[in-house]
Amino acid sequence: METRKPRLAVWKFASCDGCQLSLLDCEDELLAIAGAVQIAYFPEATRGEVRGVYDLSLVEGSITTPHDVERIHEVRRRSKTLVSIGACATAGGIQALRNFADVREYMSLVYAHPEYIRTLETSTAISENVHVDFELRGCPINKSQLIDVVSAFLAGRRPNTPTHSVCIQCKLKGNVCVMVAKATPCLGPVTHEGCGALCPSYDRGCYGCFGPKETPNAPSLSGWFASMGMDSKALQRIYRTFNAHAEPFRKESERHDAQDRKG
Amino acid sequence: MPQASSSAAPERYMISVDGLRLLIEALRARGRRVVAPVVADGAIIYDDIDSLELPRGVTDEQEAGRYKLAQRGDDAYFGYAVGPHSWKKFLHKPALRLWRAERKGDEVTVEAGRIEPQNYAFLGVRACELKAIAIQDRVLMGGDYVDPHYKAQRDGAFIVAVNCGKAGGTCFCVSMEAGPKVTQGFDLALTELISQAAHEFLVEVGSPAGAELLAELPRRPATREDTGAAQAVVEHTAASMGRHMPQEDVPALLMRNLQHPRWQEVAQRCLSCANCTMVCPTCFCTTVEDHNDLAGVESSRTRRWDSCFTMDYSYIHGGSVRPTVLSRYRQWMTHKLATWHEQFGTYGCVGCGRCITWCPVGIDITEETQAIAASEKA
Ligand code: SF4
Ligand code: SF4
Ligand code: SF4
Ligand code: SF4
Repeated sequence: METRKPRLAVWKFASCDGCQLSLLDCEDELLAIAGAVQIAYFPEATRGEVRGVYDLSLVEGSITTPHDVERIHEVRRRSKTLVSIGACATAGGIQALRNFADVREYMSLVYAHPEYIRTLETSTAISENVHVDFELRGCPINKSQLIDVVSAFLAGRRPNTPTHSVCIQCKLKGNVCVMVAKATPCLGPVTHEGCGALCPSYDRGCYGCFGPKETPNAPSLSGWFASMGMDSKALQRIYRTFNAHAEPFRKESERHDAQDRKG
Repeated sequence: MPQASSSAAPERYMISVDGLRLLIEALRARGRRVVAPVVADGAIIYDDIDSLELPRGVTDEQEAGRYKLAQRGDDAYFGYAVGPHSWKKFLHKPALRLWRAERKGDEVTVEAGRIEPQNYAFLGVRACELKAIAIQDRVLMGGDYVDPHYKAQRDGAFIVAVNCGKAGGTCFCVSMEAGPKVTQGFDLALTELISQAAHEFLVEVGSPAGAELLAELPRRPATREDTGAAQAVVEHTAASMGRHMPQEDVPALLMRNLQHPRWQEVAQRCLSCANCTMVCPTCFCTTVEDHNDLAGVESSRTRRWDSCFTMDYSYIHGGSVRPTVLSRYRQWMTHKLATWHEQFGTYGCVGCGRCITWCPVGIDITEETQAIAASEKA
């Protein structure tokens, strides 16, 4: 008996395409994915467009225009399960830096005819616009986690994407902590694991690409960074990267911003 | 292999630096994987060695949240305290596969994870670490349920212990009655003795296997001066502990202070990052993860270290039992210092100081205990 293969769609909003490309980058597994699901919509990989309902939608990118808002609602209507992938989709991405600035002023500086530009004041996560069934973090996402999410979906199990600190992964690998042994500031203790502790494994501090972990305590870590010599300007900046709009990082950067302005 | 020391007069010998090299090579010649302290990535970690690749003339400076290597000014091979790794890494592995299953048509075959005993020899095991291994022995193979993965590595592991010649800045083994002198659970135990005239090691024998190995090495019987010098080394170390626990019934102190405001205060600083439990040589908690391939043909279950600092750890239907960092920090500290007694009859802490040094924000289990104790006296 031939059962219908689940239909998979990949959607793009404001993003760099990097996360979609991680899927194409799964060379070894791509055939298996194509065997397990019917890839019904994936502009990066195919032109053939299928209308109807999708069993699994992977959504990349953030919501930055009025048109995006309409389209994400349409995607939601057509998707049985919607998974947002990457920092843009789960936290607004690097483009969410606009949320801290005056977008109109930016537009007048960047575009010759700003009146043609239709954009929102903010870049927001997919989950701030529609219901999301699962969020896969990372800038970019980790391709083995992506495959795990798809196989978990197919098997009806929970994906293995722990929400704890990067530190746990760092210790499982046997790394020597760069904070303690090298006095290198590291966001690992407040960051969601997923990268396999990539930067600390190469002697760097974590940059927070996977966003805030569960129950993060950024103020305490910032206090320690300050004792290592970071000023409020530097502290504001470390939380304002790919996940700047994720609430715990946003609040922390705003706190240091306010401190910096007070001088 | 290590057995409780017999009541016969202890055998003590002296070996030279070359004797130490021959000891390592003799273990290698017996097909053993020799693991020992080595310098890597700015710290002293545990890794495989073939010969005398130990840190020489190196020491460590440890404080809460800080670790730094430094030069000693002599050629000591064991002139430092414990580092970020512990022997748990080899005995109770960070991650392993428990089983894998495969479907062929309607048939499903299940295959248990392979257990490959590594025939380890651990060189440079400190007193606190021997105690930690004994504690994990109790937890992982001392009850009704024996962890076959742990047992496979633990049984037959050869242990060359070392009496500490220097207390680290975060050490408090004296408070926990876990060191600095090794008393049992070793095959051979060394005390490094450096004088103007010689650089030697006093060797104590702890098992027949240890005696058999030592018999192969060039050695001389220890004199009374040698034994005296070795005793002075551990006495000096015992007198220079970096940290202390309050001198009172700590389990009772903590259990009658479960609502103490200090927990609130430490929860403000704690990152719930779990570094303390990862580096702790006695923490044993694990979780399992299930995997399947895209085609739905293969699946497996893996196990990895977990920590009571994660939300998932106490997750049951409806949510986490310990949602606050306060409750998680209190769980960790009371387990180490109080409830472990009820569960396993010992402390869950040996005073190695790792959780203090490797906490990214320098939270100190002794300072927290002292603070609660002091508030009762005020
Ligand atoms: S290096 Fe960073 S991620 Fe790794 S344990 Fe240290 S603080 Fe955590
Ligand atoms: S609780 Fe801390 S000091 Fe005690 S054994 Fe564990 S790591 Fe060492
Ligand atoms: S302190 Fe936490 S991680 Fe360590 S053994 Fe106890 S419950 Fe497990
Ligand atoms: S006590 Fe320190 S190492 Fe342990 S979870 Fe808290 S911040 Fe992390």
